[in-house]
Amino acid sequence: MSRARRPWLLPVSLAVALLLGLLPLPQILQPFRPYWLALVLAYWLLEDHERVGLGFAFALGLIADIVFGALLGEQALRLCVMTFILQRFRPQLRFFPLPQQSLAIGGLLLNDLIIASAMHAMLGEPVRSWLWWWTPLIGAVLWPPLFVALDALRLGRKG
Amino acid sequence: MPPYAGPSAAREDIAGTLRLLVFLGMAIALMIADSRMGWLRAVRAQGEAVAQPLWRLAGLPAKFGQSVRDEAVTRTQLSEENRKLRNALLVNRARLTRLQTAAVENARLRGLLGATEQAGLEVQLAPILDISLDPTRQRLVLDVGADQGVTMGQAVIDAGGLLGQVIDVHGDTSVVLLLTDPDHAVPVAVARNGIRLVAYGRGDRLELANVPMSSDVKVGDVVVTSGMGGRFPPGFPVGTIAKLQPNESRAFLVGELTPAAQLDRGRDVLLLKRVLRPTPVLPPPQTAATTDPSLAPPEGDSATASPQTTTAAGISDAAESPLQNAPAPPSAAPTTSPPTATPSTAPSPTAAPTATRDDPVRAGRP
Repeated sequence: MSRARRPWLLPVSLAVALLLGLLPLPQILQPFRPYWLALVLAYWLLEDHERVGLGFAFALGLIADIVFGALLGEQALRLCVMTFILQRFRPQLRFFPLPQQSLAIGGLLLNDLIIASAMHAMLGEPVRSWLWWWTPLIGAVLWPPLFVALDALRLGRKG
Repeated sequence: MPPYAGPSAAREDIAGTLRLLVFLGMAIALMIADSRMGWLRAVRAQGEAVAQPLWRLAGLPAKFGQSVRDEAVTRTQLSEENRKLRNALLVNRARLTRLQTAAVENARLRGLLGATEQAGLEVQLAPILDISLDPTRQRLVLDVGADQGVTMGQAVIDAGGLLGQVIDVHGDTSVVLLLTDPDHAVPVAVARNGIRLVAYGRGDRLELANVPMSSDVKVGDVVVTSGMGGRFPPGFPVGTIAKLQPNESRAFLVGELTPAAQLDRGRDVLLLKRVLRPTPVLPPPQTAATTDPSLAPPEGDSATASPQTTTAAGISDAAESPLQNAPAPPSAAPTTSPPTATPSTAPSPTAAPTATRDDPVRAGRP
């Protein structure tokens, strides 16, 4: 397999995901911003599990917390949970057809949102508005194009 | 565990779970340390310094879009806007002139009463770096930093009123904590009668907690900074009371505030230059009478204000006008009330439009 043919793609794609998380959106669209970082990380967990693991997810989460100005450790925890689940089900998920995969990703994102809300509620931090519950759906819809695009970039397929 | 997993796979599973638990434990410890104890200030400041280039990059599209929009406006739109701005300028000039008269008079009266010295305030215009941080935390990134003279703790205002304060300063960006952040609290006073309260951020709104049932606070009252604590200069509008209801214990009222500043709009804010001023011992709530909060932050001009009597003396001329420099003895305050309370000594028709003189009301409170 052509693993690690483009080693730069991993950091670059994650940096782009961080940037997409920071981009200003109109106030109305704000709550619908998908969790890009989780989507991209999920891709690398499925496709290149040797380079990406729990430690990596934790570090990435800390960076994201600092960049987004969130509670330190929040995204580290969320991404660790997601990584753990993805690692457990990687053999199955990898051979799911894309639509089924995106359903699973949607489930993961929903789980992530539940964890985030629970944490916020426990720590007495403000909880996001109910509109945020759309984001897993949007993430699931975005998964197939993202997967195909990243695959094409990684394997250097033309067209 | 997959069905084909052998004993070694099982061991790996357990190891993986343990690793997960360790990481989760670390994350939770970090979160508690960050949210409860604020130990991680320094770490976060360092991290944000590293994140700066990323912020800049993320801010670019908005800047670009803005410049495109600026280029694309037509001549008619420009002239229209120009006309509107000129009208606004005219109105504000007129207000300012009136305010200046009031300020001079105020300074003279204050001189007569031997009130505290005044300190000038300067402002600095700062563009907002248009990026969106975590939506549950109310932060703002400014496109100016230590290189432009921004310092920690500066108060941030806009045309409407107080916006927040600078909590992190980097090379050429800085982070502003908005009033509405749950970590934020600002000491305020009701402009009408000087009752002092504290406004807490509640995520996306402002709340006045623990308002005594017996106090004279009404829906529609304008609330301004009281200057207590010395972090915010007194007299800047914070918000208007939109709702008042008893809290759970029914012993106090809880008020909801509509922020005076536009927290989610605008491209620029004003940074108040810190002015060091000895904080006098604070006497009981005092004549906040001649106050028009809407006039508090005059553009560009340095607003002067002294602790707890609020703005109207907010024009730079006031600082130069004859003024007794006697330090305010705390006992001076109570004696000042009676003269101002008598209507005869309160002429000032030039005082700010919405100025009220409710000293009798104030005197009636416990």
